Amino acid sequence: MLESSPGQPSNMPPVESSEGGSLTVEQAIANLTHPDLSLRYYAAWWLGKFRVSEPAAIDALIVALEDESDRTELGGYPLRRNAARALGKLSDRRAVSGLVRCLACEDFYVREAAAQSLGTLGDPICIPDLLWLLQDGVEAARPVSGRPHLAQPCEALVEALGLLAPGTEWQPEAIARIQPFLSHPVDRLQYATTRAMYQLTHETVYGDRLIQALAASDINLRRVALSDLGAIGYLPAADAIASSAAENSFKLFSLKGLLERQVREATPLSEAAIKVMDLMDSLL
Amino acid sequence: MVVIESTSVQPLINAIEKADSPERLIGAVRALAMARSEAGIPVLIKVLGYNNPGAAVVAVNGLVQMGAVAVQPLLVLLDDYNYGARAWAIRALVMIADPRALDVLLSAAMTDFAPSVRRAATKGLGMLQWQLLPEAQVTAAQFRVLEVLLAIAQDSDWSIRYAAVVGLQALATGSMRPEWLSQISATFQQMAETESDLAVQARVYRAIG
Repeated sequence: MLESSPGQPSNMPPVESSEGGSLTVEQAIANLTHPDLSLRYYAAWWLGKFRVSEPAAIDALIVALEDESDRTELGGYPLRRNAARALGKLSDRRAVSGLVRCLACEDFYVREAAAQSLGTLGDPICIPDLLWLLQDGVEAARPVSGRPHLAQPCEALVEALGLLAPGTEWQPEAIARIQPFLSHPVDRLQYATTRAMYQLTHETVYGDRLIQALAASDINLRRVALSDLGAIGYLPAADAIASSAAENSFKLFSLKGLLERQVREATPLSEAAIKVMDLMDSLL
Repeated sequence: MVVIESTSVQPLINAIEKADSPERLIGAVRALAMARSEAGIPVLIKVLGYNNPGAAVVAVNGLVQMGAVAVQPLLVLLDDYNYGARAWAIRALVMIADPRALDVLLSAAMTDFAPSVRRAATKGLGMLQWQLLPEAQVTAAQFRVLEVLLAIAQDSDWSIRYAAVVGLQALATGSMRPEWLSQISATFQQMAETESDLAVQARVYRAIG
């Protein structure tokens, strides 16, 4: 799916979807308590996908975070996962306390979705809870035998801390907790940590490390590095991004992150911003 | 342009088909591109569908250097089923800028499902070499492009709007009717005030100058 580029917002109107037929906002909210569990699951995804941020949708999704009816064979909570993911897209901080409770859920994927959404909602009040999941240090990033994931959703936790902890009283502890993951054998966790370390310290060594990651032999890792460089808006990476071996869509979205940081911190027409725009123009 | 006999490029074509690593493929494509043989054009176009961005860039550059002679094959061989290949072919057409591509670019910009194809076509619509058209057709062609770009500038996808700004800015640098120039500048003014995406807004400021 090369075209579903990183960070691409979904601005489609809530009229129809290819799977499961069309819904209205009222139906989707009502379906969150439908007797058919698959309709609940779909409705939660739908509300996030189409950014339905009205209070009734938020309230119903917060309730769905406590759902007990929808269980997988392995004890997972599919509806909670989708509700947690949706709430991260809806920019309503009323969801924060419910998501914090999800960090204690026995289902790894609920914890992962909650950590991601807490990162995007931007409320630093959850930082101690995120840090708590990392209290076991490298043990938290130990692979779970027979499962395709680590003990804790470290990648999501690290990224959330990179977004939330800078400038807060928890900044030193966040750095201490995540720094050991810089050498973790899972590349994606390494990159997430490198990105968060840059956000927490602004040291160029971390940005430069992500530039080096653009030369990874695996295209998926190069795409992750592009997305990370865009997320931190690391200007020295501009040329390396434009000439990296990846699809133009990924490079364009990465450079957009650089441009936006320039526009926020300087002026829209600084020399650096113009240079980034020239590179973006060439990638259209 | 140096054109060599088609028989002598056959080994270069074979090398592309036999390439067993991305590096060898890129090398073989470069060799064929440098030969600048008309017989190699369909092969270079085929390479656009190999899902290898490095090789595709080399092939696009080769096609662009061939210029006008590559336009008809690019139009005819446009891949309707592979959006990656289509995006590269559209980029090649955009760089050659031959107005024979006008209809293909208009429909790609308006109706293609792949954002990468739409972005490339949208930018390219503003950059066609109008002087290659019979004089009597220039005004009508420019008007169609203007209408399409103004419509695309309202798209819901930021990257398409960004491409529309680039296309409109390029269009405005060519010679065209003064009332169309003021229409473009009015659109930019309005976008500068209402555009919600920072990157697109910055690109509008730049276009306004």
